[in-house]
Amino acid sequence: MREPLSKVITQIEPSGIRKFFDIVNEMKDAISLGVGEPDFDTPWFIRDEGIYSLEKGRTFYTSNAGLRELKVEISRYLSRRFFTDYDPAGEIIVTVGGSEAIDLALRAMLDPGDEVLIPQPSYVSYLPCTILAQGTPVPVPLSHENEFRLTAEDVISHCTDRTKILVLPFPNNPTGAVMEKADLEAVARVVEERDLFVISDEIYGELTYTGKNHVSFASLPGMKERTITINGFSKSYAMTGWRLGYACGPKRILSQMLKIHQYCIMCAPTTSQYAAVEALRRGDEEVAKMREEYNGRRRFVLHSLREMGLPAFEALGAFYVFPDIRSTGLSSEQFANELLTSRKVAVVPGTAFGESGEGFVRISYAYSLENLKTALERIRLFVEERRS
Amino acid sequence: MREKILTFIEKNSRIDLSELAIILGVDEAAVLNEMEAMEKERIICGYHTIIDWDKTGVEKVSALIEVRVTPQRGQGFDMVANRIVNYPEVNSVYLISGGFDLMVTIEGKTLREVSQFVAEKLSTLESVLSTKTNFILKKYKDHGTVTAEPEKDERQIVSP
Repeated sequence: MREPLSKVITQIEPSGIRKFFDIVNEMKDAISLGVGEPDFDTPWFIRDEGIYSLEKGRTFYTSNAGLRELKVEISRYLSRRFFTDYDPAGEIIVTVGGSEAIDLALRAMLDPGDEVLIPQPSYVSYLPCTILAQGTPVPVPLSHENEFRLTAEDVISHCTDRTKILVLPFPNNPTGAVMEKADLEAVARVVEERDLFVISDEIYGELTYTGKNHVSFASLPGMKERTITINGFSKSYAMTGWRLGYACGPKRILSQMLKIHQYCIMCAPTTSQYAAVEALRRGDEEVAKMREEYNGRRRFVLHSLREMGLPAFEALGAFYVFPDIRSTGLSSEQFANELLTSRKVAVVPGTAFGESGEGFVRISYAYSLENLKTALERIRLFVEERRS
Repeated sequence: MREKILTFIEKNSRIDLSELAIILGVDEAAVLNEMEAMEKERIICGYHTIIDWDKTGVEKVSALIEVRVTPQRGQGFDMVANRIVNYPEVNSVYLISGGFDLMVTIEGKTLREVSQFVAEKLSTLESVLSTKTNFILKKYKDHGTVTAEPEKDERQIVSP
């Protein structure tokens, strides 16, 4: 028989998080701090709207780019929260989660050999999706010293004449790093100079704890025409299972992304789209409540980690902290494995998000305070034991 | 800061104050001061426990009683309400708008005890015109807390 598989797909590694969590699942009384999704249920009024749309028999497809009402609400929301201005007709596509939007953007813009700068540690999909789109991924390692922010120098030193796209994954999974306005302005100057395009993944945009609003890259002067903004409902409205995200950007690029979307997906789930309209119309208060809750847990986790002598920078976004575990003498993977076997707490090794995650682990605080307390106490005992 | 403290302890009054200070990102002494001040000012009026008595061997009957009264000159409803609050079996007394005047919630050991209270104590008060007793059959949610078992974490393992 001939080889059934393509060379491209076989060169892609399966995600490192997966095999680890298969073990966690089998283990009794293991506590996981590994999950990357909110522990809240979707707020009731949003679920209610989804149910209502089913009752009304709204079980048809929507138009390819999404329900018009939803695109209008997305446009209003983005201008209200992040001061960006997108035309619902042509500058917004509703997608199956933020992940589909990332894939569409890469496929619409890359030719074979085009290079994509991917700051790491970061979400694990950018790299394989770049390969699938025939581009060449170029990891840009970020450092603890810079609190895992991306600097203009980082971009410049990894640019070649083949560099076409810069991925901006902030607020960041797994580090919890954010980029403030001045940080982004410095990057924007390089983007302009080197004639780059940006995929700004702002899926955690509602979850920042700086006391200021998240700054959307496209809101900077001259950047809208170079940026595909990715966002969605999963993290901010605790709607992961509804599979709903969106991409916004210049018509010229979006119209090509829409082609891929219409041939591969047709449209995002209709029930989810009706529910999302309600989320955007009436959700601000709920989002603020969840943000406040996350923030309290964040302070608590950071405090506990520092108390036990694991340095952790002040992560101001998403729902992750990224402590430095080098003082234990273990690698990220060893730390995660031994912590799981000896104290039954699961965290994700930083290396799952790129080589520059070595020496760190990701701790998610999308868990109840009670769970966090028990887990952190176990981590404390583990660290103490390692040091004695 | 007060509002933040109150929002938090409304759901969890047993939290350790040093922990609460960490969570709110403020000084422990400041939290302590505010708590004491709010207790003094009777903003915080007590710390109670939500109990599902049905799960214990203890028999309890509770009822919501709608009471219509004649308001008194110069006093409105205060005088009769302040009398009703004195009975230990009374849990709460609210003045409300709508078809009647006072909503009284009461808890007794038996149906008989509750009916006796209504017949002998409450309806015999001079300004009480009429009462209507609604016995509570089952509590689904109490003090913002759903009494059924909390749901398990059903999140699945997924990657990336």
